[in-house]
Amino acid sequence: MTSSDQPLLRVRGATKRFPGVTALDGVDLDLHAGEVLAVIGENGAGKSTLMKILGGVQRLDAGTVEYAGGNVSFSPVSLSPVSFNSVQEAVSRGISLIHQELNLSDNLDIGANIFLGREPHRFWWIDRATIEARSREILTRVGLHLSPSTLVAELSIGMQQLVEIARALSVDANVLIMDEPTSSLTLTETERLFEVVADLKRQGVAVIYISHRLGEVKAIADRVLVLRDGQNVGELARDEITHDRMVSMMVGRDLSNLRVRKSRAEHDRPLLKVRSLSSERFPETAIDFDLAPGEILGLAGLVGAGRTEVLEALFGIRRVGHARIELEGSAVTCGDPRQAMRHGLALVPEDRKQHGVITEWPVRENLSLPVLWRDARGRVFIDRRREIEGSQSAMDRLSVKASSDRQLVHSLSGGNQQKVAVGKWLDLDPRVLLLDEPTRGVDVGAKEEIYRLMDSVASSGAGVVFASSEMEEVLRMSDRVLVFHQGSIAGELNADELSEEAIMTLATGGGEPS
Amino acid sequence: MIKVVGIFGLLLFVFVATAIADPKFVTGYNLQNLLRWTSLFAILGIGASFVIVSGGIDLSIGSVVGLTGCLVPLLLSKGMSVGGTLLAVTGVALAVGLIHGLLVTKLRLQPFVVTLCGLLFYRGLIRYISGDQVQGFGSEYRGLRSLATGSVPIGFSEFQIPAPFIILVVITVVAAVLLNRTVFGRYLKAIGRNEQAARYSGLPTDRVVIGAYVLCSLLAGLGGVLFAFDMNSVQPSGHGSFYELYAIAAAVLGGCSLRGGEGSIIGVVIGAAVLRVLYNAINVLGIPTQLEFAVIGIVILAGVIVDELVRRWVTRRRLLRQARGARR
Repeated sequence: MTSSDQPLLRVRGATKRFPGVTALDGVDLDLHAGEVLAVIGENGAGKSTLMKILGGVQRLDAGTVEYAGGNVSFSPVSLSPVSFNSVQEAVSRGISLIHQELNLSDNLDIGANIFLGREPHRFWWIDRATIEARSREILTRVGLHLSPSTLVAELSIGMQQLVEIARALSVDANVLIMDEPTSSLTLTETERLFEVVADLKRQGVAVIYISHRLGEVKAIADRVLVLRDGQNVGELARDEITHDRMVSMMVGRDLSNLRVRKSRAEHDRPLLKVRSLSSERFPETAIDFDLAPGEILGLAGLVGAGRTEVLEALFGIRRVGHARIELEGSAVTCGDPRQAMRHGLALVPEDRKQHGVITEWPVRENLSLPVLWRDARGRVFIDRRREIEGSQSAMDRLSVKASSDRQLVHSLSGGNQQKVAVGKWLDLDPRVLLLDEPTRGVDVGAKEEIYRLMDSVASSGAGVVFASSEMEEVLRMSDRVLVFHQGSIAGELNADELSEEAIMTLATGGGEPS
Repeated sequence: MIKVVGIFGLLLFVFVATAIADPKFVTGYNLQNLLRWTSLFAILGIGASFVIVSGGIDLSIGSVVGLTGCLVPLLLSKGMSVGGTLLAVTGVALAVGLIHGLLVTKLRLQPFVVTLCGLLFYRGLIRYISGDQVQGFGSEYRGLRSLATGSVPIGFSEFQIPAPFIILVVITVVAAVLLNRTVFGRYLKAIGRNEQAARYSGLPTDRVVIGAYVLCSLLAGLGGVLFAFDMNSVQPSGHGSFYELYAIAAAVLGGCSLRGGEGSIIGVVIGAAVLRVLYNAINVLGIPTQLEFAVIGIVILAGVIVDELVRRWVTRRRLLRQARGARR
């Protein structure tokens, strides 16, 4: 079935505001049965919000969603306005959303996960036989040849992703929304996923495909919708889809001119020397690298390539094997974050809400936490005046947008939350600032503030190491890039060798091992 | 703050209702006893609240009360000096807290399990050491016992300020300063709220948590000794049993969340007062004493429900206000 004239789903003027950010600002979207529509855009462009609205997770502030929900194999029902109040409602109308993060209960088996919440039953008993049979059938469709009674905990991340897709398929979806489905898949798994998508297309299912991986988009999409800052930028038909066009529409500027930073790294005396660092997850690997004063070192690679492990091992969060870590020539041990902090390291963790800030606390208490003891009177009593002054100056320096430093962090926008997660370290003047996905879920304005800050920290002679999955960020901010692949460094790229292609080649295991 | 006002309102209500129902309730003698026992339980409650703020729980408080309460007369009867006895008992309480803290932090055991084992172990231990015999001071050590039994006249009324209340005031002030004005207190709240974020912020999480268990056991130990002084003779098998539940109830009534991260010392003191006034009211009003636990249980449940409803209402209003603010 090819796309007919009447769309299956029509969105007009979709608008969604969060405190401090307008996530969607009048977005239009048409989706036809049997097509794959790729929605692309930078982080914060509004893709995920739009999908959450279609999937019933969030509701629109303004605008309409019309949907011709019915069984696709029958003649199309006419479009009628819908507004889903819950995920269940959306699912019951045939719209299934696969989240970026895995949402599986890993203590249950595959079958139980696929039918979670809609278990077929006989009277009060769960009908295991039906679950088994139907799970097997769906698992075959996604190319996962495993028993439905396998525990999810025993599966690789890629396999778990396929189980998620199987779950979404099990509800006979008309519309399948995939948010970055391949971010943790291997190449084989990705190819298998593409076959599944092609299959679904033939069956008349409409697929919305969100991805940062433009190569994939090119391979799979019938049409591309580009969003920027919550607005439509434009559309590309099948024969117009090229890498460059997508990139320039997404960023609204040319990627090759991104570099504004001028490296001030002084390579003659390394600030940080790391030798044979291994982590619990990759015990076999040995990471070696140096960091110069004033240098910004980017860690690139696919999700799960071992970048977080390196940053957390340096900061003493995870146990380290036999690593040798030298700071300004003297060997140091970072057994726990406190030690690492005393040596002048600071980490802005990837998971902001769990690790970066205490979301239920006001901005002030969050900002003062790492320096509280240092600033305390007699190292015992909190010095309230210094606490207030400190939080004010950090808020000014990062232009945190909050009504006051008494505002609770969870009520701030993602960008401002992240500024707090970064800002809490500034007063310590870290010698090495480690950042893990520093701009994830952060709006464009806040991004610039964080980049500016990384730059100023480096300019002051400290070193910055950051891990990022955002190509643009890596290209723009790094003086040098280490590309990770399956736990080890697949290659090193200097500023003049940096390109998206070079990074992607190494990250996918295409380069020569260094 | 809103919580403390709420719990204070509850105290006032129960107090006034009982006083109206039976004027004997407000006699100086009764109030004096009420205040004495409120103070003793509040000391335990303050200890419990430190552990609860850290996100843990201490079920061993009652057994530690039994342990120290029986050890003091036992050691004195064996001829140990007063100073030596108090030092030894303090050491025991300190060791108990330290062990709990180490097991919870270094071995990552669940506080519930660790202190449940403590509850059983210390009770069995003291019953064995004392031969399960009643321990008492007889007519000796009156000076020492006046720490619990003594009182300070205030002149114009037959009511006198009981000595434990003076001890409680000192502990309350120190504990409130510790929780609200010191780095330790802030760290404790941070750990109770989000231990991971606290660790990622470079906080000495293990030490702070251990400190909370040590404080709790020390205060339980002190409470045990004072209770023993007050009662004069104590049963190793029964002294202090269930007191951990009163302590935890006082802490919860006083605004500690068992999820950790929040608590108010003055709230805990008022919470302990509510429990004692209720208990007293049951006696004074002639409610069958068999119903004692039922009444206390219902009142705590009602208090917690009201608190939760108020919290939701406040949250909703704040969100509405913010939404309006964002639109503007």
